Amino acid sequence: MPKDHGIGASQKRREDVRFLTGRGQYTDDINLHGQTYVYFLRSDVAHGKINSIDTSAAEAMEGVVRIFTGADFEGIGGLPCGWQVTDRFGQPMQEPGHPVLARGKVRHVGDPIAAIVAETKEQARDAAEAIVLDIEELPAVVDMKAALAEGAAKVHDELSSNLCYDWGFVEDNKAAVDEAIKNAAHVTTLELVNNRLIANPMEPRVAVGDYNFANDESTLYTTSQNPHVIRLLMGAFVLGIPEHKLRVVAPDVGGGFGTKIFHYAEEAFVTFAARQIKRPVKWTSTRSEAFMSDAHGRDHVTKIELALDADNNFTALRCETYANMGAYLSTFAPSVPTWLHGTLLAGNYRTPLIYTNVKAVFTNTVPVDAYRGAGRPEATFQIERVVDKAARELGVDPIQLRRQNFITQFPYSTPVAVQYDTGDYVATMDKLEEIMDMSGFAARRKESEAKGKWRGLGVNCYIEACGIAPSNLVGQLGARAGLYDAATVRVNATGSISVMVGAHSHGQGHETTFPQVIAEMIGIDESQIDIVHGDSSKIPFGMGTYGSRSLAVCGSAMVRATEKVIRKAKKIAAHLLEASEADIELKNGKFSVAGTDKSVDWAGVTLAAYVPHNYPLEDIEPGLEETAFYDPSNFTYPSGAYACEVEVDPETGKVQILKFAAADDFGNVVNPMIVEGQVHGGIAQGIGQAMLEAAIYDENGQLQSASYMDYAMPRADDVPFYIVDHSCATPCTHNPLGVKGCGEAGAIGSPPAVVNAVIDALASGGKNVGHINMPLTPHRVWKAINS
Amino acid sequence: MTKVTIKVNGKPVTAEVEGRTLLVEFLREKSRNTGTHVGCDTSQCGACVVHVNGNAVKSCTMFAIEADGAEVRTVEGMQNADGSLSALQAAFQEHHGLQCGFCTPGMIMSASDLLKNNPKPTEAEIRHHLEGNICRCTGYHNIVKAIMAASGQDVSNIAAE
Repeated sequence: MPKDHGIGASQKRREDVRFLTGRGQYTDDINLHGQTYVYFLRSDVAHGKINSIDTSAAEAMEGVVRIFTGADFEGIGGLPCGWQVTDRFGQPMQEPGHPVLARGKVRHVGDPIAAIVAETKEQARDAAEAIVLDIEELPAVVDMKAALAEGAAKVHDELSSNLCYDWGFVEDNKAAVDEAIKNAAHVTTLELVNNRLIANPMEPRVAVGDYNFANDESTLYTTSQNPHVIRLLMGAFVLGIPEHKLRVVAPDVGGGFGTKIFHYAEEAFVTFAARQIKRPVKWTSTRSEAFMSDAHGRDHVTKIELALDADNNFTALRCETYANMGAYLSTFAPSVPTWLHGTLLAGNYRTPLIYTNVKAVFTNTVPVDAYRGAGRPEATFQIERVVDKAARELGVDPIQLRRQNFITQFPYSTPVAVQYDTGDYVATMDKLEEIMDMSGFAARRKESEAKGKWRGLGVNCYIEACGIAPSNLVGQLGARAGLYDAATVRVNATGSISVMVGAHSHGQGHETTFPQVIAEMIGIDESQIDIVHGDSSKIPFGMGTYGSRSLAVCGSAMVRATEKVIRKAKKIAAHLLEASEADIELKNGKFSVAGTDKSVDWAGVTLAAYVPHNYPLEDIEPGLEETAFYDPSNFTYPSGAYACEVEVDPETGKVQILKFAAADDFGNVVNPMIVEGQVHGGIAQGIGQAMLEAAIYDENGQLQSASYMDYAMPRADDVPFYIVDHSCATPCTHNPLGVKGCGEAGAIGSPPAVVNAVIDALASGGKNVGHINMPLTPHRVWKAINS
Repeated sequence: MTKVTIKVNGKPVTAEVEGRTLLVEFLREKSRNTGTHVGCDTSQCGACVVHVNGNAVKSCTMFAIEADGAEVRTVEGMQNADGSLSALQAAFQEHHGLQCGFCTPGMIMSASDLLKNNPKPTEAEIRHHLEGNICRCTGYHNIVKAIMAASGQDVSNIAAE
């Protein structure tokens, strides 16, 4: 009988009722008295020198309140980067400024040049058309290798080149890796592109700035995954507003997938402008603006070499990656191709020697930063494609080759600086073979052949690192922030509980799952517990939600705070029951004295805490509220095995995904329904990357795929029902819930499975193709078949 | 400016609009029915689907003045008379057919339109019908399942097919 209560129950989401009835409160639903609207005039060239901006005609237009340009930001900070990477030679990365509004130059299509604040959004938009720009177009750099060539146009004139950093990891391994590859029995080499993607949460970004000049307090309502991070970055580095005068609210947020982590110019602008004009300022992104202003994801070009000995054991791995940073360093951009990527290159395998070199490059394109998985999908794709290619070259079964090289002993210290605490890669692979019905594949392939189609089966494994931590380690790696989280558990007099958490839910269902944890710990009903999130004025602190960290990090803080609450409640109960504190037991919401029938219920204790007539005032304070900050001792390491079955039409190159299965190890699971939903969504985004999605720039830096007409995202009929399983659970050993995180796994584990399946299908048709770059459009597959 | 009156979920709303004011802007800004969302500017995403005189329409493709005198139903008008969730809404909750909730109003309006015309759609028919509604969170699995369940079909074996 499945549980209907507490940890492990598939409770229905309480947030659904408001979303299903149109009562959600998203940022664009917020309208403030006296509000103005801002429209950003953006660059339509990728690279240019701003000779002049004439706003005089626009300023005279009806409804225009004020027009701002870069000159208005004299003395104001630029948008900060939150991670400093140190290069192979011990030098800090090149870190250019990132002005709120362009100054001197524009560096990508979409770079904001002027901001028109008006009474209505139509008036703001109309006035923008009356601004006269004199911009001298300069040669644009788009291709990364061309950007590094001698004499290439420089994105930032003040830097020595377009190279942000040249990073090596682990630098001390380099010579040994080179030697091992030279002496290997077999080396498989693969060059591949991890295609540039655009996260595209369905809610475009919105920011509303407000200023209360009576108390000099600013409020920013924004579509953010981490309001405290925005408060810190914008307050301390851009606008110089101290925390106690700056409130950041992220209400219901319509998806994030990473791109709503970062601090954006529009947020700083509306906050700044509201202080200037002393009226609220609202910005709502159009989807067209989102394409050219939301940080993009991925965009790596990689060469990878896998060395094997005569018995097919992996002996070394060497990778060289070019990573696109775009025109400016977005908030966490430098960390993605380095620490979130290089440290994952062991994957699920006992490869003793690993070296990677990453060159991060500035180009005249939109900044690139974390997108669902962030570095880990890129690492997984490289490893799992090269392993599959090696199996094909050696004529061995790709699953067997993986199994032979699996890490089987835990904890396991990889040669790339991380220690996996738990995992069972054999178990997830066994489970995958079962749920995918792999033994029936040969028969299914025959059925396809009878229809003139080629059927392929692709498999891959993944390892993920979630809940990035501890803070003292990430500080050494260049993070300019700590990566702990916080929670306050406020027990009210009648026993109901408000929990203020630093994690932010933008689809993950925290309002449902977090109370399940506390309900389990105390033994009361979930309906007595509410989560408060997304408002810096209500929550102690929080680093937000990304990197599949919410439950592993913030959930752990919540557990610690609840433990403190329970400890204090037991003291109160001991007093009320005239017993020793050590004899008090809490079960099903009732405190009792061990071995007696004396008891007091939860509400009796909470009432005593707030009405302390009979209370140990000499020992403890009244009230029942505790806060905990939790800084994990390690990452968590979810892992799993994925499989995809496709049918290829050899006449057209069209690929149809027929079957997709995922066997994941997330450790303990609080709400299986929600975990499965997270995996479904991740798989769809991974299928999107593999089959459909590509942000494409032309040689002049014009974004060709700049609307939903051109950027193909999965629709309902592009994907099948997914088969998902998370029963092979090895609980995390170092957090109190034993949880690992599930938000990104689907997006990490699925692209290689799809590509491996298509390569397998083509092989079944006699076409041995080493690789096809994503997305696997009919045209690309047809070309591969006919090349 | 032109004065238009549109009956939104049974209540007439009158407002002055520009010629270029879209129906979705009227609904969100004049009648304050913010459940209808805008997710794109090319009529692709379907977050703004409403019913105009009983037919599903992307409210970003219609001017407010074109809807003068029309009866419009939005997601705010989809509950049962007693305020409880309709069978379709309840199925979305039961089968976890939504995550961030942003595309959900459009999904509900589009799916209810499908079920009106095709009370027992197949999986393929549902997937085809949702071609104009993009969801970035759910991977569609639970949306399709919810719509099948709302139409009275057995979905118990779908996850483990």
